[in-house]
Amino acid sequence: MSRLLPLALLAALVALPLALGPSPYLLNALIVTGILTIGALSLNLLLGFTGQLSLGHIAFFGIGAYVSALTSLGFEVDLGFGYRIVHEPWPAAVGFGLATLAAGACGWLIGRLSFRVRGAYFVIVTISFAEVVRLVALNWVELTQGPLALTGIPAITLGLPGIGTWTLRTKLQNYYLVLAVGTLCWLVVARLVGSRFGRAMRGLKENESLALSVGINATRTLTVAAVISAAMAGAAGSLYAHYLRIIDPDVFAFTTTVSMVIMVVAGGKGTLMGPVVGGLIFGLLPVALRPVMAPEAQWIVYGLVLIVILFVMPRGIVPGLADLVRRRPARPAPVLEPSPVVQR
Amino acid sequence: MDQLIQHLVNTAILGGTYALLGIGLTLIFGIMNVVNFTHGALYTVGAYLMYLAVAALGLNFFLALPVAILGGLLFGAAIEILLLRPFRGQDIDTTMLVMIGAGIALQSGTLWIFGGVAKAIPSPFPEAPLQIGPVSVSWLRLFVLGAALALIGLAYALINRTKLGLAMRAAFQDADTAALMGVNVRRIYTATFAMGSALAAAAGALLGPVYVVYPQMGGLAELKAFAIVILGGLGNVTGAAIGGFILALAEELGAGYVSSGYRDAMGFLIIIAVLLYKPTGLFAKAERIG
Amino acid sequence: MSPILSVDHAGVRFGGLVAIADLHFDVQPGEIVSLIGPNGAGKTTAFNVMTGFLKPSQGEVRFRGTSLKGLQPHEITRLGLARTFQRTSVFADDTVFDNVMIGLHRQGGRMSRAPLLDALLGRAGASERALRERAAALIDWVGLSARAQERAGALAYGEQRLVGVALALATEPAMLLLDEPVSGMNASETRVFVRLIRQIRERGITVLLVEHDMPMVMEVSDRIVVLNYGRLIAEGPPAAIRSDPAVIEAYLGQGSAARRAAAEAQGCEAQGSVSEAAHA
Repeated sequence: MSRLLPLALLAALVALPLALGPSPYLLNALIVTGILTIGALSLNLLLGFTGQLSLGHIAFFGIGAYVSALTSLGFEVDLGFGYRIVHEPWPAAVGFGLATLAAGACGWLIGRLSFRVRGAYFVIVTISFAEVVRLVALNWVELTQGPLALTGIPAITLGLPGIGTWTLRTKLQNYYLVLAVGTLCWLVVARLVGSRFGRAMRGLKENESLALSVGINATRTLTVAAVISAAMAGAAGSLYAHYLRIIDPDVFAFTTTVSMVIMVVAGGKGTLMGPVVGGLIFGLLPVALRPVMAPEAQWIVYGLVLIVILFVMPRGIVPGLADLVRRRPARPAPVLEPSPVVQR
Repeated sequence: MDQLIQHLVNTAILGGTYALLGIGLTLIFGIMNVVNFTHGALYTVGAYLMYLAVAALGLNFFLALPVAILGGLLFGAAIEILLLRPFRGQDIDTTMLVMIGAGIALQSGTLWIFGGVAKAIPSPFPEAPLQIGPVSVSWLRLFVLGAALALIGLAYALINRTKLGLAMRAAFQDADTAALMGVNVRRIYTATFAMGSALAAAAGALLGPVYVVYPQMGGLAELKAFAIVILGGLGNVTGAAIGGFILALAEELGAGYVSSGYRDAMGFLIIIAVLLYKPTGLFAKAERIG
Repeated sequence: MSPILSVDHAGVRFGGLVAIADLHFDVQPGEIVSLIGPNGAGKTTAFNVMTGFLKPSQGEVRFRGTSLKGLQPHEITRLGLARTFQRTSVFADDTVFDNVMIGLHRQGGRMSRAPLLDALLGRAGASERALRERAAALIDWVGLSARAQERAGALAYGEQRLVGVALALATEPAMLLLDEPVSGMNASETRVFVRLIRQIRERGITVLLVEHDMPMVMEVSDRIVVLNYGRLIAEGPPAAIRSDPAVIEAYLGQGSAARRAAAEAQGCEAQGSVSEAAHA
């Protein structure tokens, strides 16, 4: 059952474009939804499995987008003191790899910096980080073109030596690329969560003192989670840049992080399928709402939906439905003990 | 030197409104343990109420200010009663998510109602700035500083001199004990949130006429308020007041001597620096172990 | 024989309050030692110092000859010093089985240099299987096999304690600290737990416990260390502690509950001699 469901969903997603026919509008919505869902999957690794809310998650996404775009476009910057960096364009696929690495490195940095404090402070550090990165993208015009945007970003070219190369220009090709990367990310999360590393994350989230007492290294575990989560978000950002072919500092919009948070919380944080279900629902909701509502009014709806879901289904849609299917009353909320904290 | 004096004057004026923002947020954070993501939206609400009162209704500028602050107070009370009460007893993450939802809905609501075009609030002060030696200050900005300082003083008096303030301080120490001693904690929470919101709205209403009013103005203000709270220490009202001026100073000097584009980055760099050098010191709340 | 654990003139101050002062005692390998004292005597503080959850303001703790100064709790556990907690002793949302799997975090990974990579590539199968077997064996050992698939937070209090012990044993400790293991247990559960403590010692694990249940302490301990107001006031075998005037004074000074505890300690002498007679 639990193995069959994701496979069935994957099969449906593979078949979906065939059923939709040539509708570029829907295909575009699906691609953007898919990219955001990868972001939600990565956010869930932190928010759902370690309990740390990264509200600056868009920073990793945006860094991925910019690194990938700049790697494939090339750039020339003057660092002052006579140092110049000239970078010739590299293939977009290399940009994708570098984007993932760079975002992961930023995840490490943020993890090192802020997991000493956790909780609300972690939230605020991550937001601050995102804001600083956005301001850099906006002001370092020589590198990023600032508000003028980076344009003409090449599409990703996949190649196998001896067989040939494919440049992914059409929407359909991009859809399958996003689906493939998304599936890979889902598998990574699934594998991690089922491993001893996943158990360490769960232990820390449920009872930190007890987790420490069985030898779990909190800082290391949380930092590794942050690195993997950030790297995935960076990969999603790279896909975004090479699909849209243009990016500007608006990729760092706070509302995009909020979208991901809503996807995770609504779908079910700390579950494997939650971000996927939440991602599909809230990614495609704009399509459903477009005929009846202005975009700014839609955001009013999202905000209210988030509140209502927290009230009615605090654990999210996927666990809520699972409980219904099992015809079992929802698990009572765990008794909150004052959280024991290590004195440092 | 003249330039430095000018920066210091600007710091004082900006710092007053930052302190208002910070005090409001730190009260809510400290007493209710809620990370208030509607704070920026309330700042925006204050600015738009000011705009509505002055530009649309033609109300006197000095009368419009208390109207906007009162509006923020009522807005805050409504948010607390409708959205926070039902979630009382939930963990801090849940209420934070509720506040994120509310903040986004409020900001988008403003955008929907007023549109994205920035609005200007006409001010009754003369255009020509006050010139003292090499330093020039606009009359409006001077008024903003005076009003902000008066409001900070009012907030202090309320917290330290009134029965309500005593109950608030008791709830900050320990809500359960306060409840046992007969403090109506529910009402204290509503009052705290309303007061914090009123201060945010006041900051918006004061800075609105200085700059322009637009729906997204609260986002950055909110992040700055968080920086001030971290700087001053959780729930520390005096710390937030001082933190407001420190942030303003950092921004002024950063914009003046580094690059004006990075003015808004200063707060975040401060947060990062504070957390690097004093990670738990600002948060020192002894908790039992085992 | 050199002691397995030495508390060397350790002191902890919270602001102006002295929680423990100049605490000094040793535990020998294979012993069962109890740390007792009236409420607020500093027993749990002492535990937290030994396991790295609190840093002593002075003195230090040595475990198997290694100073624990500056070590984090997880590092101390890795040296072989495990503990249980007075309250929250389980991962409440997980099954008993998964609890013990979390406890086995540090075990069975030595064959792999890159456990994270193994997990991603699905290469951890063999070591996972070995871990599952060990988890099942541990759960069986503490007598919770029937409960293995239940949510730990839903178990009875006494059973949660057993899960806590299984978790601690999963770290393969050389010494185990038990923080009030039988508080809230009824008499028969306590008897089962006493047997368990002895079995733990038979596995070669030294045991130090904090406990209020005097009959239990008198029955199980080889040696007792008594604290009052953060200071060591007596140390010795149960028989000597029972009649120690300083100990009786400390407990009598604490009002009726403590007096009852002291009375129980006295009564336990009679009980003990009866059971000894039965053995003879």
